Amino acid sequence: MTTVIIITLALIAIIVVQIGRLIELSASIRGEEEAEQEANNRNAWGMLVFLFVFLAACIYSSAYYAPTMLGYGIEAASEHGDSLDQTFNITLVLTGIVFIITHILLFWFAYKYRRKKGKKSIFISHDNKLEVIWTVIPAVVMTFLVISGLETWNEVTADIQEGEDYTEIEATGYQWAWIIRYPGADNLLGTRNFRKINTANNPLGQEWEDEKNLDDFHPNDIVLPVGKKVRVRITARDVLHNFYLPHFRLKMDAVPGMPTYFVFTPKYTTEEYRQILKDNPSYQGPADETEPDGKKRWEAFEYELACAELCGKGHYSMRKVVRIVSQEEYDAWLKEQTSFYDQNVKGKAGVDPLLSVSHDDHGHEGEHHDEEAHEDEGHEAEGEHSEEAHSDEEHNEGGH
Amino acid sequence: MANIDTTKEAILEVGHDHGHDDHHDDHHGDKYQSSFVTRYFFSLDHKMIAKQFLFTGMFWAVIGAAMSLVFRYQLGFPEADMEWLQPLLGRWIIVQDGMGSLDPEFYYALVTMHGTILVFFVLTAGLSGTFSNLLIPLQLGARDMASPLLNMLSYWFFFLAGAIMFSSLFVSTGPFSGGWVAYPPLSALPQAASGSGVGMTLWTLSLVFFVVSVLLGGVNYITTVLNMRTKGMSMWRMPLTIWAFFVTAIIGLLSFPVLVSAMLLLMFDRGLGTSFYLSEIFIGGQALDYVGGSPILYQHLFWFLGHPEVYIIILPAMGIVSEVLSVHARKPIFGYKAMVFSILAIAVLSFIVWAHHMFMSGINPFIANIFVIFTLIIAVPSAVKVFNWIATLFGGNIRFTSAMLFAIGFVSMFISGGLTGIFLGNSAIDIQLHDTYFVVAHFHIVMGVAAFFGMFAGIYHWFPKMFGRFMNETLGKIHFWGTLVGAYAVFWPMHYLGMAGVPRRYYRFDTFDFSSSPGFDTMNQFITIAAVIVFALQILFIINFIISALKGKIVKDLNPWNATTLEWTTPTMVPGHGNWPGAIPAVERWAYDYGKDSDDGKDFISQVTPLKEGEHDGGGH
Repeated sequence: MTTVIIITLALIAIIVVQIGRLIELSASIRGEEEAEQEANNRNAWGMLVFLFVFLAACIYSSAYYAPTMLGYGIEAASEHGDSLDQTFNITLVLTGIVFIITHILLFWFAYKYRRKKGKKSIFISHDNKLEVIWTVIPAVVMTFLVISGLETWNEVTADIQEGEDYTEIEATGYQWAWIIRYPGADNLLGTRNFRKINTANNPLGQEWEDEKNLDDFHPNDIVLPVGKKVRVRITARDVLHNFYLPHFRLKMDAVPGMPTYFVFTPKYTTEEYRQILKDNPSYQGPADETEPDGKKRWEAFEYELACAELCGKGHYSMRKVVRIVSQEEYDAWLKEQTSFYDQNVKGKAGVDPLLSVSHDDHGHEGEHHDEEAHEDEGHEAEGEHSEEAHSDEEHNEGGH
Repeated sequence: MANIDTTKEAILEVGHDHGHDDHHDDHHGDKYQSSFVTRYFFSLDHKMIAKQFLFTGMFWAVIGAAMSLVFRYQLGFPEADMEWLQPLLGRWIIVQDGMGSLDPEFYYALVTMHGTILVFFVLTAGLSGTFSNLLIPLQLGARDMASPLLNMLSYWFFFLAGAIMFSSLFVSTGPFSGGWVAYPPLSALPQAASGSGVGMTLWTLSLVFFVVSVLLGGVNYITTVLNMRTKGMSMWRMPLTIWAFFVTAIIGLLSFPVLVSAMLLLMFDRGLGTSFYLSEIFIGGQALDYVGGSPILYQHLFWFLGHPEVYIIILPAMGIVSEVLSVHARKPIFGYKAMVFSILAIAVLSFIVWAHHMFMSGINPFIANIFVIFTLIIAVPSAVKVFNWIATLFGGNIRFTSAMLFAIGFVSMFISGGLTGIFLGNSAIDIQLHDTYFVVAHFHIVMGVAAFFGMFAGIYHWFPKMFGRFMNETLGKIHFWGTLVGAYAVFWPMHYLGMAGVPRRYYRFDTFDFSSSPGFDTMNQFITIAAVIVFALQILFIINFIISALKGKIVKDLNPWNATTLEWTTPTMVPGHGNWPGAIPAVERWAYDYGKDSDDGKDFISQVTPLKEGEHDGGGH
């Protein structure tokens, strides 16, 4: 099979090469100049044909893929997402105009000024007026784009302001999945120490001595109330990851040793978003190819969390489902959750440090102190309060 | 020097063995070129070194492109049986139940190697190395580079870098697989990916040697341009090719050492237990001792090279295209001075935009503001260049040689890829598009395909100078049209994937709903098939290259393209060592007097022809 393919390819190559040589040979027989002129015209026409085919293909394919395109088919599901999509659209229109005009000029000039017998080219070396115009116009357009873009950027990336009402959750990437942590009833995430990580019963290295940790829970899915500000605290346990929620226009690297954050407000519940997709042509097919009569894609739609920073061989598979629900559903869901401590640690001998707290004769005491010493050296206290966590981050960045 | 008659029949030096001895006495230094080894291997002649860079670059281009076919095969046909690739890829093809599939680890290794090879070995060494070496002495009127020895060493360090990289393909844990940017901790910890073991060590070593090569070459190019221009060749009379190579070398000299420092610190982290880039890591079931480092530091250092690097790639292509457009449109390059200032502006700006690769890396959002401003400012000199190229065509008398076609194709690619940069440089939009296929489409078009088009334009244009023969033009035109359509067919659809949010560097897309919308699998198949066709066309180019070099149509006219520049004033089509046997020609005017009547009835005036009384030198005004 492989040899057949190779032989076929070799034969095709030989034929093409021979055709090329033949054409050149016949050209020299017919008179080189004439043949060259013909070839020149053919290529000039090629320029024109390419221009039309290319522009038509661009317009047609844009229309064809519009149902999945940012800002067209797939509406932003977060409040900041719309301003981002708008910036995208403004840029698309402006660059689209430039793209079309420059391409028409480029290929039209190439065609129009093809070589003709006896014709001479014009000697123009420069034109100051023209050059100033086409320097100033892009500069003005860019200024406009910079200003509108940065306005959006600074709005989107702003952290929680004092006194704002928000939910804080934490996402930790590791090879190759995410651990989501909720603060529990006290609304505060407990401190972590990477040296206490234990894949069996403490995947995040939570310090059980910290009371704030005791009600923190690790749900399978991210569940959030609609219309309420969320601050995601983003961390990584091993290598870089990236917390990427495409529908929410949200992306932020997860960096080991340096917590990052992203603040957003979900705009539609999952159910509402399904209704939006109901009319989207690319969401009409069956959700499961093997069941053509089963749920349609829009009916089975879920918001998704993905990884967007190469993190090793499982990079493409770090999926989590994000469910946006009404406040009532959210409250009900919260009640169902059991804290990680209660579920996996509490009362288990050799695992639960709180069992042996204040026992002076405890065998692990020395080791325990060691760990605390380490923590003082390098490990910063994390997440006591979001503002403190944030100032820690800034401190971190200042160091670079 | 008017005593060089460019119209007389060429004394051809096609088979290197003839002719060479005839000039023996004229060329000081020929004693170093006398044996087979010193002439073809450890050659000190810039033209031979240029060919060495070119051949090595072509070798790597084939390897790098072939790798892309394997991973494109995976992306287009994830369910296909790949067992037939087992003889080539060995245990990287996992066979289960009679079905062969590509090991994800190796998929990432292929992606990484493809990027590294194409960016550094092909588009830096293969492009800048080839044409800087060939053209700087010839177009400036110099006998050779300022230091032929460093020049030779530059090639051999490149060769060494390549040999090390090549050897890393065969280590049992596989070549490095953490992306061409090699971000730690992934690149620092062998526990994180099997390619981060020996593969990464070899990768680092290879790049360090590569940087040595770039620096040796760069020092030479800069010195030669500054000190070895012939009489009358003021900076403002230099062809834009030389300006581009000169500025490229300066950028390389200032940015590549930073890569070495980044690599050095990474080596320390890997081998000596320092914590420059690493902190609070739990991997492979244990907490590591690294505390206090920052992976972001590496990203700053890497992109301080990484961003100028894309201009190191594109500037030489821009220079070549400016030259080729002008020669074949029979018109002076429009706005010569504006072109030079654009090159300089791009060079300066290229050093203060690096963090636009890091908007989503966790840097302080405020810092992004500054980088957005500078990044979008780069669009201005880039736009000026595009307008000038288009204006060069206006009113021309265009010969559609293969070189010219590729130059026009370059402008189209540069526009398409440049405009998408305006999206990505704007941090707000980058939130969504960062690390998606939109980025892949953007940089492949603007610095991959465009740079290749510049390289092809240069090869077709200067092939007569290198080999004394023409390339087959018919095959050249098939190559051009196929590649133009094919390259757009490969990369244009990727914009739509990116706009749908599909992340890059995914081994397969069906793990998420948003990345596997209906129609995307067909699109990926289409891209893969187009990639195979484009690859086949490049093989056709190589066949054309080899056959033409050996048996192509012999160049009868010393100045086959009717060009004004000095390289076409050598008395033999393929100059011997020392380039001009007698005195070096003096330059009397700028390089772009096309469309001006000469005394002997031509439509151009060579740079060696003195200005007429009352005639203005075109470049000076």
